Amino acid sequence: MSRFVLGDTVQVRQAYPPGHLRTPTFIRGKRGVVEASPGIFANPEELAYGRPGTPKQPLYRVRFLQSEVWSDYTGPTSDTIMVDIYEHWLIPDGPPS
Amino acid sequence: MVKHLRKPHDLGGLQDGQVDRSEHTHEPWEKRVDSIMRLVSDKKRLILTVDELRRGIEDLGPSVYDELSYYERWISSLTNVLIEKGVVTSDEVGHKMNDVEARWSADREIEP
Amino acid sequence: MTKHHRHPNQPDIEDTPFTRFQVMTEALIELLMEKKVFSAKEFRIQLEKMDAKSPADGAKMVARAWIDPEYKIRMIADVNLAAQELSLDAGHIPIQVLENTPEIHNVIVCTLCSCYPRMLIGLPPDWYKSRAYRSRTVREPRIVLAEFGTEIPNDVEVRVHDATADLRYMVLPMRPPGTEGLSEDTLATLVTRDSLIGVSLAMPLDLDNGQLENKEEI
Repeated sequence: MSRFVLGDTVQVRQAYPPGHLRTPTFIRGKRGVVEASPGIFANPEELAYGRPGTPKQPLYRVRFLQSEVWSDYTGPTSDTIMVDIYEHWLIPDGPPS
Repeated sequence: MVKHLRKPHDLGGLQDGQVDRSEHTHEPWEKRVDSIMRLVSDKKRLILTVDELRRGIEDLGPSVYDELSYYERWISSLTNVLIEKGVVTSDEVGHKMNDVEARWSADREIEP
Repeated sequence: MTKHHRHPNQPDIEDTPFTRFQVMTEALIELLMEKKVFSAKEFRIQLEKMDAKSPADGAKMVARAWIDPEYKIRMIADVNLAAQELSLDAGHIPIQVLENTPEIHNVIVCTLCSCYPRMLIGLPPDWYKSRAYRSRTVREPRIVLAEFGTEIPNDVEVRVHDATADLRYMVLPMRPPGTEGLSEDTLATLVTRDSLIGVSLAMPLDLDNGQLENKEEI
Protein backbone atom coordinates (compact mmCIF):
# COMPACT_ATOMS: atom_id res chain seq x y z
CA MET A 1 0.00 0.00 0.00
CA SER A 2 2.68 2.48 1.04
CA ARG A 3 5.36 3.17 -1.53
CA PHE A 4 8.25 3.61 0.88
CA VAL A 5 9.51 1.67 3.86
CA LEU A 6 11.66 2.59 6.84
CA GLY A 7 15.23 3.28 5.87
CA ASP A 8 14.44 4.25 2.26
CA THR A 9 16.26 7.27 0.93
CA VAL A 10 13.77 9.64 -0.63
CA GLN A 11 13.84 13.00 -2.31
CA VAL A 12 11.24 15.68 -1.79
CA ARG A 13 9.70 16.83 -5.05
CA GLN A 14 10.75 20.24 -6.17
CA ALA A 15 7.37 21.69 -7.11
CA TYR A 16 5.83 25.06 -6.42
CA PRO A 17 2.11 24.82 -7.18
CA PRO A 18 -0.41 27.28 -5.78
CA GLY A 19 -2.81 26.03 -3.11
CA HIS A 20 -2.62 24.89 0.49
CA LEU A 21 0.57 22.84 0.74
CA ARG A 22 2.00 20.93 3.69
CA THR A 23 5.53 20.57 2.35
CA PRO A 24 7.54 23.61 3.41
CA THR A 25 9.54 25.34 0.68
CA PHE A 26 12.85 24.90 2.51
CA ILE A 27 12.74 21.12 2.31
CA ARG A 28 11.76 20.72 -1.35
CA GLY A 29 14.42 19.06 -3.47
CA LYS A 30 16.24 17.70 -0.38
CA ARG A 31 17.15 14.07 0.26
CA GLY A 32 16.35 12.29 3.48
CA VAL A 33 15.67 8.92 5.05
CA VAL A 34 12.26 7.54 6.00
CA GLU A 35 12.30 7.24 9.77
CA ALA A 36 8.67 6.31 10.45
CA SER A 37 5.36 5.90 8.69
CA PRO A 38 2.70 6.96 11.16
CA GLY A 39 -0.28 6.18 8.97
CA ILE A 40 -2.57 7.14 6.14
CA PHE A 41 -4.39 10.45 6.33
CA ALA A 42 -6.98 12.35 4.33
CA ASN A 43 -4.99 14.69 2.11
CA PRO A 44 -5.01 18.10 3.82
CA GLU A 45 -4.23 19.79 0.51
CA GLU A 46 -7.69 18.65 -0.59
CA LEU A 47 -9.45 19.05 2.76
CA ALA A 48 -8.39 22.69 2.66
CA TYR A 49 -10.88 23.27 -0.16
CA GLY A 50 -13.78 21.50 1.50
CA ARG A 51 -13.27 18.27 -0.42
CA PRO A 52 -13.04 14.82 1.20
CA GLY A 53 -9.26 14.47 0.97
CA THR A 54 -9.22 11.39 -1.22
CA PRO A 55 -7.22 9.52 -2.17
CA LYS A 56 -5.80 9.36 1.31
CA GLN A 57 -2.05 9.75 1.55
CA PRO A 58 0.50 7.75 3.51
CA LEU A 59 2.50 10.09 5.73
CA TYR A 60 6.22 9.65 6.36
CA ARG A 61 8.50 11.12 8.97
CA VAL A 62 11.63 11.91 6.98
CA ARG A 63 14.96 12.67 8.62
CA PHE A 64 17.35 15.07 6.89
CA LEU A 65 20.90 16.03 7.79
CA GLN A 66 20.95 19.75 8.56
CA SER A 67 24.24 20.06 6.69
CA GLU A 68 22.48 18.80 3.56
CA VAL A 69 19.49 21.09 3.99
CA TRP A 70 21.58 24.21 4.58
CA SER A 71 24.92 24.54 2.81
CA ASP A 72 25.98 27.09 5.43
CA TYR A 73 24.82 25.13 8.50
CA THR A 74 27.11 26.02 11.37
CA GLY A 75 26.29 23.25 13.88
CA PRO A 76 27.73 19.72 14.07
CA THR A 77 27.24 17.53 11.00
CA SER A 78 25.23 15.06 13.10
CA ASP A 79 22.36 17.55 13.64
CA THR A 80 19.13 16.58 11.93
CA ILE A 81 15.68 17.81 11.09
CA MET A 82 12.54 15.69 10.85
CA VAL A 83 9.76 16.79 8.54
CA ASP A 84 6.44 15.01 8.02
CA ILE A 85 5.79 14.58 4.32
CA TYR A 86 2.88 13.03 2.45
CA GLU A 87 3.67 10.39 -0.14
CA HIS A 88 2.72 12.41 -3.22
CA TRP A 89 5.56 14.81 -2.37
CA LEU A 90 8.24 12.10 -2.35
CA ILE A 91 10.19 10.31 -5.06
CA PRO A 92 12.61 7.41 -4.60
CA ASP A 93 16.28 8.19 -4.49
CA GLY A 94 19.45 6.13 -4.54
CA PRO A 95 21.67 5.77 -1.49
CA PRO A 96 23.22 9.09 -0.42
CA SER A 97 26.51 9.78 -2.12
CA MET B 1 14.57 28.44 -13.48
CA VAL B 2 11.56 30.69 -13.04
CA LYS B 3 11.17 32.61 -9.82
CA HIS B 4 8.65 31.07 -7.44
CA LEU B 5 6.83 32.94 -4.72
CA ARG B 6 6.70 31.81 -1.13
CA LYS B 7 3.44 32.34 0.64
CA PRO B 8 3.68 34.53 3.74
CA HIS B 9 3.21 31.69 6.22
CA ASP B 10 5.96 29.48 4.77
CA LEU B 11 8.70 30.77 7.04
CA GLY B 12 11.18 27.93 7.54
CA GLY B 13 14.78 29.04 7.06
CA LEU B 14 14.14 32.76 6.58
CA GLN B 15 16.30 35.20 8.49
CA ASP B 16 14.86 37.01 11.43
CA GLY B 17 15.83 38.64 14.71
CA GLN B 18 16.04 37.28 18.22
CA VAL B 19 13.03 35.42 19.61
CA ASP B 20 11.00 37.75 21.83
CA ARG B 21 10.27 35.55 24.81
CA SER B 22 7.97 37.88 26.71
CA GLU B 23 4.88 36.09 27.94
CA HIS B 24 1.38 37.39 27.43
CA THR B 25 -1.73 35.84 28.73
CA HIS B 26 -4.39 35.25 26.14
CA GLU B 27 -7.01 37.95 26.04
CA PRO B 28 -10.60 36.82 26.56
CA TRP B 29 -11.57 37.58 22.97
CA GLU B 30 -8.68 35.43 21.70
CA LYS B 31 -9.94 32.47 23.67
CA ARG B 32 -13.39 33.09 22.25
CA VAL B 33 -12.02 32.90 18.71
CA ASP B 34 -10.29 29.67 19.62
CA SER B 35 -13.51 28.24 21.04
CA ILE B 36 -15.53 29.06 17.92
CA MET B 37 -12.97 27.18 15.85
CA ARG B 38 -12.98 24.15 18.16
CA LEU B 39 -16.77 23.95 18.06
CA VAL B 40 -17.35 24.35 14.32
CA SER B 41 -14.60 21.81 13.56
CA ASP B 42 -15.51 19.25 16.21
CA LYS B 43 -16.75 15.76 15.42
CA LYS B 44 -20.33 16.68 16.22
CA ARG B 45 -20.46 19.60 13.79
CA LEU B 46 -17.73 19.08 11.15
CA ILE B 47 -18.66 22.39 9.53
CA LEU B 48 -15.10 23.16 8.55
CA THR B 49 -11.66 21.67 8.90
CA VAL B 50 -8.50 23.16 10.35
CA ASP B 51 -7.08 22.73 6.85
CA GLU B 52 -9.68 25.15 5.50
CA LEU B 53 -8.92 27.60 8.31
CA ARG B 54 -5.23 27.44 7.40
CA ARG B 55 -5.91 27.84 3.70
CA GLY B 56 -7.95 30.93 4.50
CA ILE B 57 -5.13 32.35 6.64
CA GLU B 58 -2.53 31.70 3.96
CA ASP B 59 -4.70 33.42 1.36
CA LEU B 60 -5.14 36.63 3.36
CA GLY B 61 -2.17 37.95 1.40
CA PRO B 62 1.36 38.86 2.51
CA SER B 63 0.72 42.33 3.89
CA VAL B 64 -2.38 41.31 5.84
CA TYR B 65 -0.71 38.13 7.13
CA ASP B 66 2.22 40.08 8.50
CA GLU B 67 0.13 42.89 9.93
CA LEU B 68 -2.49 40.90 11.82
CA SER B 69 -1.93 39.10 15.09
CA TYR B 70 -2.41 35.36 15.36
CA TYR B 71 -6.06 35.40 16.43
CA GLU B 72 -6.86 38.34 14.17
CA ARG B 73 -5.83 36.07 11.30
CA TRP B 74 -7.94 33.26 12.72
CA ILE B 75 -11.18 35.24 13.03
CA SER B 76 -10.66 36.76 9.57
CA SER B 77 -10.19 33.37 7.95
CA LEU B 78 -12.89 31.69 10.02
CA THR B 79 -15.48 34.29 9.04
CA ASN B 80 -14.47 34.14 5.37
CA VAL B 81 -14.71 30.35 5.23
CA LEU B 82 -18.08 30.32 7.01
CA ILE B 83 -19.37 32.84 4.45
CA GLU B 84 -17.92 30.76 1.63
CA LYS B 85 -19.71 27.69 2.96
CA GLY B 86 -23.02 29.48 3.35
CA VAL B 87 -23.16 29.04 7.12
CA VAL B 88 -23.47 32.81 7.46
CA THR B 89 -23.77 35.55 4.85
CA SER B 90 -21.74 38.74 4.55
CA ASP B 91 -24.92 40.71 5.04
CA GLU B 92 -25.73 38.94 8.30
CA VAL B 93 -22.21 39.47 9.58
CA GLY B 94 -22.32 43.13 8.56
CA HIS B 95 -25.60 43.78 10.39
CA LYS B 96 -24.46 41.91 13.47
CA MET B 97 -21.13 43.72 13.58
CA ASN B 98 -22.98 47.04 13.50
CA ASP B 99 -25.20 45.85 16.36
CA VAL B 100 -22.26 44.76 18.49
CA GLU B 101 -20.29 47.93 17.85
CA ALA B 102 -23.29 50.14 18.65
CA ARG B 103 -23.97 48.23 21.87
CA TRP B 104 -20.38 48.36 23.08
CA SER B 105 -20.05 52.06 22.21
CA ALA B 106 -23.28 52.87 24.06
CA ASP B 107 -22.09 50.91 27.11
CA ARG B 108 -18.94 52.96 27.28
CA GLU B 109 -20.77 56.27 27.05
CA ILE B 110 -23.09 55.39 29.91
CA GLU B 111 -20.33 54.43 32.28
CA PRO B 112 -18.83 57.28 34.28
CA MET C 1 -29.29 42.30 28.77
CA THR C 2 -29.99 45.96 29.47
CA LYS C 3 -27.94 48.80 28.11
CA HIS C 4 -26.93 49.73 31.60
CA HIS C 5 -24.88 46.69 32.23
CA ARG C 6 -21.55 46.18 30.66
CA HIS C 7 -21.76 43.46 28.09
CA PRO C 8 -19.77 40.65 29.68
CA ASN C 9 -17.77 40.05 26.52
CA GLN C 10 -16.81 43.63 26.02
CA PRO C 11 -13.07 44.19 25.99
CA ASP C 12 -12.03 45.00 29.53
CA ILE C 13 -9.59 47.80 29.14
CA GLU C 14 -11.55 51.03 29.26
CA ASP C 15 -9.10 53.24 27.44
CA THR C 16 -8.25 50.82 24.67
CA PRO C 17 -10.63 51.12 21.76
CA PHE C 18 -12.03 47.76 20.80
CA THR C 19 -10.96 46.46 17.44
CA ARG C 20 -12.74 45.35 14.30
CA PHE C 21 -11.61 41.81 15.07
CA GLN C 22 -13.15 41.78 18.53
CA VAL C 23 -16.41 43.05 17.07
CA MET C 24 -16.26 40.41 14.33
CA THR C 25 -15.65 37.68 16.90
CA GLU C 26 -18.68 38.65 18.97
CA ALA C 27 -20.85 39.06 15.87
CA LEU C 28 -19.91 35.61 14.64
CA ILE C 29 -20.57 33.98 18.03
CA GLU C 30 -24.01 35.57 18.25
CA LEU C 31 -24.89 34.59 14.68
CA LEU C 32 -23.79 30.99 15.16
CA MET C 33 -25.83 30.77 18.35
CA GLU C 34 -28.90 32.23 16.63
CA LYS C 35 -28.46 29.65 13.88
CA LYS C 36 -28.18 26.94 16.51
CA VAL C 37 -24.74 25.86 15.29
CA PHE C 38 -23.86 25.78 18.97
CA SER C 39 -25.60 26.86 22.15
CA ALA C 40 -24.42 29.34 24.73
CA LYS C 41 -23.87 26.42 27.07
CA GLU C 42 -21.75 24.51 24.58
CA PHE C 43 -19.70 27.63 24.01
CA ARG C 44 -19.13 28.16 27.72
CA ILE C 45 -18.13 24.53 28.22
CA GLN C 46 -15.63 24.81 25.37
CA LEU C 47 -14.08 27.92 26.93
CA GLU C 48 -13.79 26.16 30.27
CA LYS C 49 -12.25 23.10 28.67
CA MET C 50 -9.52 25.18 27.15
CA ASP C 51 -8.86 27.08 30.34
CA ALA C 52 -8.36 23.75 32.09
CA LYS C 53 -5.52 22.78 29.75
CA SER C 54 -2.03 23.60 30.92
CA PRO C 55 1.48 22.22 30.82
CA ALA C 56 0.66 20.46 34.10
CA ASP C 57 -0.91 17.62 32.12
CA GLY C 58 2.20 16.97 30.04
CA ALA C 59 4.35 17.38 33.15
CA LYS C 60 2.37 14.71 35.01
CA MET C 61 2.96 12.22 32.22
CA VAL C 62 6.67 12.99 32.08
CA ALA C 63 7.06 12.57 35.85
CA ARG C 64 5.31 9.20 35.66
CA ALA C 65 7.55 8.17 32.75
CA TRP C 66 10.63 9.10 34.79
CA ILE C 67 9.71 6.80 37.64
CA ASP C 68 8.05 4.02 35.66
CA PRO C 69 10.00 2.72 32.63
CA GLU C 70 7.07 0.55 31.58
CA TYR C 71 4.84 3.61 31.51
CA LYS C 72 7.44 5.43 29.42
CA ILE C 73 7.32 2.68 26.81
CA ARG C 74 3.53 2.87 26.70
CA MET C 75 3.65 6.66 26.47
CA ILE C 76 5.99 6.59 23.50
CA ALA C 77 3.90 3.89 21.82
CA ASP C 78 0.52 5.60 22.31
CA VAL C 79 0.33 8.88 24.13
CA ASN C 80 -3.47 8.91 24.12
CA LEU C 81 -3.77 5.63 25.98
CA ALA C 82 -1.01 6.67 28.35
CA ALA C 83 -2.84 9.93 29.05
CA GLN C 84 -6.01 8.01 29.88
CA GLU C 85 -4.13 6.01 32.49
CA LEU C 86 -3.65 9.30 34.36
CA SER C 87 -7.23 10.42 33.64
CA LEU C 88 -5.98 12.98 31.11
CA ASP C 89 -7.43 13.62 27.67
CA ALA C 90 -4.85 13.92 24.90
CA GLY C 91 -7.50 14.60 22.25
CA HIS C 92 -8.00 12.95 18.89
CA ILE C 93 -4.98 14.35 17.04
CA PRO C 94 -2.12 11.86 17.41
CA ILE C 95 0.69 13.18 19.62
CA GLN C 96 4.12 11.63 19.28
CA VAL C 97 6.41 11.73 22.30
CA LEU C 98 10.06 12.53 21.52
CA GLU C 99 12.42 11.20 24.14
CA ASN C 100 15.54 13.20 24.90
CA THR C 101 18.58 11.01 25.57
CA PRO C 102 22.25 11.65 26.27
CA GLU C 103 22.71 11.39 22.48
CA ILE C 104 19.71 13.31 21.10
CA HIS C 105 18.05 16.58 22.08
CA ASN C 106 14.65 17.17 20.45
CA VAL C 107 12.98 20.50 19.84
CA ILE C 108 9.64 21.20 18.15
CA VAL C 109 8.53 23.98 15.81
CA CYS C 110 5.84 24.46 13.18
CA THR C 111 7.19 26.50 10.28
CA LEU C 112 3.91 26.66 8.34
CA CYS C 113 1.44 27.31 11.13
CA SER C 114 1.77 26.93 14.88
CA CYS C 115 0.85 23.31 15.47
CA TYR C 116 1.32 22.47 19.11
CA PRO C 117 0.33 19.64 21.49
CA ARG C 118 -2.30 21.90 23.08
CA MET C 119 -4.30 19.03 24.53
CA LEU C 120 -1.39 18.22 26.84
CA ILE C 121 0.29 21.63 27.21
CA GLY C 122 -2.47 24.21 26.68
CA LEU C 123 -2.28 27.16 24.30
CA PRO C 124 1.15 27.96 22.85
CA PRO C 125 3.16 30.93 24.08
CA ASP C 126 3.43 33.91 21.72
CA TRP C 127 7.04 33.22 20.88
CA TYR C 128 6.17 29.75 19.58
CA LYS C 129 3.87 31.46 17.06
CA SER C 130 6.36 34.22 16.24
CA ARG C 131 8.02 34.78 12.92
CA ALA C 132 11.47 34.63 14.53
CA TYR C 133 10.96 31.23 16.15
CA ARG C 134 9.22 29.67 13.16
CA SER C 135 11.77 30.87 10.62
CA ARG C 136 15.02 30.37 12.54
CA THR C 137 14.53 27.17 14.55
CA VAL C 138 14.90 24.93 11.52
CA ARG C 139 18.02 26.70 10.28
CA GLU C 140 19.99 27.64 13.38
CA PRO C 141 18.47 25.62 16.20
CA ARG C 142 21.50 25.85 18.46
CA ILE C 143 21.49 29.63 18.29
CA VAL C 144 17.77 29.76 19.06
CA LEU C 145 18.25 27.32 21.96
CA ALA C 146 21.06 29.48 23.29
CA GLU C 147 18.66 32.44 23.36
CA PHE C 148 16.59 30.33 25.76
CA GLY C 149 19.71 29.71 27.82
CA THR C 150 20.06 26.16 26.58
CA GLU C 151 23.49 25.05 25.43
CA ILE C 152 23.60 21.60 23.88
CA PRO C 153 27.08 20.02 23.69
CA ASN C 154 28.34 19.41 20.15
CA ASP C 155 28.46 15.65 20.66
CA VAL C 156 24.70 15.62 21.23
CA GLU C 157 22.56 15.58 18.10
CA VAL C 158 20.05 18.42 17.95
CA ARG C 159 16.97 17.06 16.21
CA VAL C 160 14.40 19.60 15.08
CA HIS C 161 10.84 18.42 14.39
CA ASP C 162 8.76 20.51 12.01
CA ALA C 163 5.14 19.68 12.80
CA THR C 164 3.65 20.39 9.39
CA ALA C 165 1.19 17.57 9.00
CA ASP C 166 -1.25 15.49 11.02
CA LEU C 167 0.90 14.73 14.04
CA ARG C 168 1.73 16.79 17.08
CA TYR C 169 4.87 16.41 19.15
CA MET C 170 5.77 16.66 22.79
CA VAL C 171 9.30 16.34 24.12
CA LEU C 172 10.05 13.97 27.00
CA PRO C 173 12.93 15.78 28.72
CA MET C 174 15.67 13.92 30.57
CA ARG C 175 15.29 13.51 34.29
CA PRO C 176 17.62 15.95 36.04
CA PRO C 177 20.44 14.40 38.04
CA GLY C 178 20.12 14.19 41.81
CA THR C 179 16.35 13.71 41.79
CA GLU C 180 16.30 10.12 42.97
CA GLY C 181 13.74 9.53 45.67
CA LEU C 182 11.63 12.59 44.87
CA SER C 183 7.91 12.05 44.74
CA GLU C 184 6.11 11.99 41.41
CA ASP C 185 4.36 15.27 42.23
CA THR C 186 7.63 16.99 43.04
CA LEU C 187 9.23 15.66 39.87
CA ALA C 188 6.33 17.07 37.86
CA THR C 189 7.17 20.56 39.14
CA LEU C 190 10.55 20.29 37.42
CA VAL C 191 8.89 19.75 34.05
CA THR C 192 8.33 23.19 32.54
CA ARG C 193 6.34 24.04 29.46
CA ASP C 194 9.55 25.01 27.68
CA SER C 195 11.11 21.63 28.45
CA LEU C 196 8.10 19.95 26.81
CA ILE C 197 8.73 22.03 23.69
CA GLY C 198 12.44 21.27 23.87
CA VAL C 199 13.79 24.82 24.09
CA SER C 200 14.98 24.10 27.62
CA LEU C 201 15.83 21.19 29.87
CA ALA C 202 13.80 20.08 32.86
CA MET C 203 14.60 22.33 35.82
CA PRO C 204 17.57 21.32 37.91
CA LEU C 205 16.84 20.50 41.48
CA ASP C 206 16.79 23.74 43.43
CA LEU C 207 17.70 22.99 47.02
CA ASP C 208 16.63 26.44 48.12
CA ASN C 209 13.23 26.10 46.61
CA GLY C 210 11.81 23.75 49.18
CA GLN C 211 11.50 20.93 46.71
CA LEU C 212 13.29 18.60 49.03
CA GLU C 213 10.72 19.21 51.72
CA ASN C 214 8.30 17.20 49.65
CA LYS C 215 10.72 14.36 49.41
CA GLU C 216 8.92 11.15 49.78
CA GLU C 217 9.45 9.36 53.05
CA ILE C 218 10.82 5.99 52.24
